[in-house]
Amino acid sequence: MMRLLVLLALFLGAPPAAAQSPLVADLSKHLVAITTGFTGTDVLLFGAVDGPGDVVVVVRGPPRAEKVRRKERVAGIWMNRTSVIFTDAPSFYRLAATKPPEAVLPPALLDRHQIGFEHLDLAVEADPGENPAAFRDALLRLKQRRNLYGDKVAPVSFLGNRLFRTEMYFPANVPVGAYSVEVYLVRDGEVVSAQITPLVISKIGVGAEVYDFAHQRAPLYGIIAVVLAMSAGWLAATAFKKG
Amino acid sequence: MRGASRSLRGRCGGVTLPRKMQIYLPVAELSVNALLILGLGGLVGFVSGLFGVGGGFLMAPLLMFIGVPAVIAVGTEASQIVAASVLGVIAHWRRGNIDYKMGLILVAGGIAGSTLGVLAFRALRGMGQIDVVISLSYVVFLGGIGALTLIESVQLLRGTSQAPAAAPPRRKLHRHLWIHGLPLKMRFRRSKLYISAMLPAGLGFFVGIMMAIMGVGGGFLLVPALIYLLGMPSALVVGTALFQIILVAANTTLLQAMANQTVDVVLALMLLFGSIIGAQFGARAGAQLHGERLRGLLALMVLAVCGKLVWDLVAPPADPFTLVAGGLLE
Repeated sequence: MMRLLVLLALFLGAPPAAAQSPLVADLSKHLVAITTGFTGTDVLLFGAVDGPGDVVVVVRGPPRAEKVRRKERVAGIWMNRTSVIFTDAPSFYRLAATKPPEAVLPPALLDRHQIGFEHLDLAVEADPGENPAAFRDALLRLKQRRNLYGDKVAPVSFLGNRLFRTEMYFPANVPVGAYSVEVYLVRDGEVVSAQITPLVISKIGVGAEVYDFAHQRAPLYGIIAVVLAMSAGWLAATAFKKG
Repeated sequence: MRGASRSLRGRCGGVTLPRKMQIYLPVAELSVNALLILGLGGLVGFVSGLFGVGGGFLMAPLLMFIGVPAVIAVGTEASQIVAASVLGVIAHWRRGNIDYKMGLILVAGGIAGSTLGVLAFRALRGMGQIDVVISLSYVVFLGGIGALTLIESVQLLRGTSQAPAAAPPRRKLHRHLWIHGLPLKMRFRRSKLYISAMLPAGLGFFVGIMMAIMGVGGGFLLVPALIYLLGMPSALVVGTALFQIILVAANTTLLQAMANQTVDVVLALMLLFGSIIGAQFGARAGAQLHGERLRGLLALMVLAVCGKLVWDLVAPPADPFTLVAGGLLE
């Protein structure tokens, strides 16, 4: 499955052949591997445009259900009481642009392309009587606190009139999956050209295998955990017996 | 203000350690500082070596304090207790200080209790209440132990300081209580007891639940209960308790791994390594220090951890909203 995604990423990520396209962009890498020592990484987005204009970049992680719980005081103790599920919120969301997107695009287009937090379409499953707006704010805030939603628009810088670049940071706790990097070229309040480049973030190495093993072969993982613990205890006992 | 600093401390454990030492816990899906984890293992190991206690009751709360999710702390502790108890039981096994018949009845109860406990754990987790249940259980448990130990050591310090600490309990052969009227009587030759099997089974059951919900071996409860409640000879008690704890912790580890995926072997091995080293120093230090004062120190430590848990439960949270961690939402 993961290999397929990687191949797909490499295939789709190839720069378009049409040289006349008003916008061409690519990433310095199409695969971010989370290994045991992963502490976050930068991916460079670079590209060229055929004339003046503004560039807006949206990095979107795979959508997934996010559950937000609210604590309330019950008999003096703060405990979770109510919860709301956002059925497919982007797991990761960041913006980069030459100018603030609200300054270059009308609200209707921001809505259509879901650029900016106010324009994110977050489907919600809440109990009647709940106020989803408070939970929506909480989701955005908590995601920002975890560095999974960008709290400000990162800069996109131009080199000359045609070439642009921006660094996209992915923190240590970045969710895995198929990401999309959307690049919009904006002129006079219109999207002139757009390109979507996939980016795959996946766990690689021993850590990933341990995780997959723990989830897919849970009984065997459990047995191994027990055997490992017993042998470690026995080993320690013999080591200190001799020592 | 206070809230902000609280959440910050939760993140980095209040200590700034070199970033290079970060290690990724594959099952917890969490990057932690290896030195911090080894140090924590060492600290708890030191305490357990110093006082001759298991230390599981300190490990899980301390892991929670540095930001490890409570469910991972509790699940992983079960596997660490397996290792620590195997290490501890070997000496008793060599000396033959285990009553296997009694042990197996305790285990039977323990398996039932821990299985039920893991199922409850799973259900509570789905409801979003597991963290508060874990914390409350710890508050009751640590508060009780801390208070009792403190009272005991204060009494010892005030009273005849010459008297040996805690005279070995004399077994009264013919004391009849309601517990001796229970059915299913069984003869335990090794322990020289003729008692109802329901007693050790019930005791094992209770300790098994604690193992699943709190990630503690329960030796703290099991040892006095076997001596005072069942009247077992004290020479056999520790070995038999460890025998029970190994098998019940093994069952708990297996079930937590299957039902909740909360056992992180990398975390467990790091904690174990730290605690084995720490225990050696603890045991050495313990031999040179004063018993009663040491006990008072342990009580204060336990009460401090308990106090911090109470504070976290009653203080208004920095943010009443929480995001269910992606990997933990199933």
